[in-house]
Amino acid sequence: MSRLPERFAELAGEERPGLVTFVTAGDPDMEHSKAILRLLPEAGADIIELGMPFSDPMADGPAIQAASQRALMNGMTLTKTLQMISDFRQEDTETPVVLMGYYNPIYIYGLEKFIADAAAAGVDGLIVVDLPVEETELRDALMGSDIDFVYLTAPTTGDDRLPRLAERASGFIYHVSVTGITGTKSAEIQDVAAAIERLRRFTDLPIAVGFGIKTPEQAAVIGQHADAAVVGSALVTQVAENLDSEGQGTDKCVTAVLDLVRELASGVRSVSKVVGNRAPE
Amino acid sequence: MNKLNTYRGGPDEHGHFGIFGGRYVAETLMPLILDVERAYDEMKDDPEFREEFRSYLKHYVGRPTALFYAERLTKSLAGAKIYFKREDLNHTGAHKVNNCMGQILLAKRMGKNRIIAETGAGMHGVATATVCALFDLPCTVYMGAKDIERQAPNVARMKLLGAEIVPVTSGSSSLKDAMNDALRDWVANVGDTYYLIGTVAGPHPYPTMVRDFQSVIGEETRTQMLEMEGRLPDSLLACIGGGSNAMGTFHPFLDDEGVRIIAVEASGKGISTGHHAASLSAGRPGVLHGNRTYLLQDGDGQIKEAHSVSAGLDYPGIGPEHAWLHDTGRAEYVSITDSEAVEAFQLTTRLEGIIPALEPAHAVAHAMKIAGALPADHLMVINMSGRGDKDMGSVAKYLEEQK
Repeated sequence: MSRLPERFAELAGEERPGLVTFVTAGDPDMEHSKAILRLLPEAGADIIELGMPFSDPMADGPAIQAASQRALMNGMTLTKTLQMISDFRQEDTETPVVLMGYYNPIYIYGLEKFIADAAAAGVDGLIVVDLPVEETELRDALMGSDIDFVYLTAPTTGDDRLPRLAERASGFIYHVSVTGITGTKSAEIQDVAAAIERLRRFTDLPIAVGFGIKTPEQAAVIGQHADAAVVGSALVTQVAENLDSEGQGTDKCVTAVLDLVRELASGVRSVSKVVGNRAPE
Repeated sequence: MNKLNTYRGGPDEHGHFGIFGGRYVAETLMPLILDVERAYDEMKDDPEFREEFRSYLKHYVGRPTALFYAERLTKSLAGAKIYFKREDLNHTGAHKVNNCMGQILLAKRMGKNRIIAETGAGMHGVATATVCALFDLPCTVYMGAKDIERQAPNVARMKLLGAEIVPVTSGSSSLKDAMNDALRDWVANVGDTYYLIGTVAGPHPYPTMVRDFQSVIGEETRTQMLEMEGRLPDSLLACIGGGSNAMGTFHPFLDDEGVRIIAVEASGKGISTGHHAASLSAGRPGVLHGNRTYLLQDGDGQIKEAHSVSAGLDYPGIGPEHAWLHDTGRAEYVSITDSEAVEAFQLTTRLEGIIPALEPAHAVAHAMKIAGALPADHLMVINMSGRGDKDMGSVAKYLEEQK
């Protein structure tokens, strides 16, 4: 089993929503990215989502596109991403790490080898943006492994698609709260609440909500309804804004990301969830 | 590989041609992709649509296009008898408009009131802007900043037609990045927007739908050849970037065993230089832009930039049905360099008084290599997919650089 169910059980025990932080592996470079990753849990990240850089991130907005580009420019590869997680696991064996990205680098790495190497590195889950429930090969290959496959749902996902999606999902459901790319629009809270209510009719899995969450206040509001709030673009923007004049990484990139994570963590910790808000497992 | 009973049966219900094709898109888009598929399935066999499409192709696009015996080229190469299928005579100057006409009718049926498109050389952008003007729909075209620079005449045409041009500066600032940004726009505007893809790539049903709309090229060629020569051609040649003109030319002939089918990729400065666009000759299967196909990529699965003197072939992938035809061996895939294409461009202009686009000049260049060794009764059809007015600047610049 992955570390995800236990982490969500702990959050339920603390009667608060979780904070899922997204950063891109190797952004702005390996050294600073490793420092960020290592310090995320103590800054308050409950679940770490680590982006696998890709040359053509079709569902991402400018902030995460730029993060991918920075990482690739500095030589990041999928092999190095897995190595980063391996190193992280030397110190932290509890914080779930979910890899997020696009299918091609995984396909080229080789499915069997990727699953074996990711499991050995300590990966808990995968989010592959361009693998809808119809394209089953990676999902099928994961069956019997300890790695969860987290499906995305969107405002456009109709009730007709949800049963199959819920059946095939594990770990948690990631609800994309807006129709759009990452880091642009923010959702209206009543829409998010309605979406979660709809999803609950189809699944008992925890529901994380992301896209457009930038501030501790937004994270808290989302967290009143969702089991976790995902923040990504706002964090990688901290990296971008603290590069030196040549566009290279600085220690300030690390501290700026962690400072925002601390604020976001206090945001989700300000929410007290009514017990029984969610059906017990 | 075993021969199949038919090469025209694909794709399967999930849009797969063998291992290629499929629907690798974000969940936000998936319901919309399924809507497009449903709407297309309903529309394609509707007599009313077929008549409407036929009528616009005839009266607006100017079809059927001529099948022209290129006598001086034939004599100069002293071998196969060469015909040009004159897609350059279409309204807007290329084959692209066939597909745009079909898809705009679909968009209207689906009640979409905003059209987006990607373009490389600008021919698809112009064709899209044209049908949008005709049907009074707002049109946004994504175009790589680099391509905007080298295809200025087409940019001016699109603007005149009322399209909004969005320069794309992400990634390599060329066609693949324009497609990324068009997909991002679509994800953000799923409710009212229709994405009019210009080639036989993208998620299912696009590769199939675009092929179907372009198949008019091959169907006419077949009829015309039977009228003019009393038999089918012995070979078909077409250039491929994404591969829509080639697919449209080839598809009606796939089950005619005697017809040799040759697609010509752009090998740019030469495959060994790494500066090329030959996805089949030098790529490997991967997943990009909604489908699995041959892609130019590095060992980590990062997509590489393509290069060709012809902006229309400058794409690191290829339609999934081509990938499948390649692997089954039904079609041959060869490549032609920038310099060979420019030479063919000049030769065609001088011998036939036809200024070809740089894209089909690649197909002519391959004919120049093989026609001489073929007998005089070998009937060869080259799809002249577009005219070369747009390329005057690129050719002049290229020739200047070679001095």
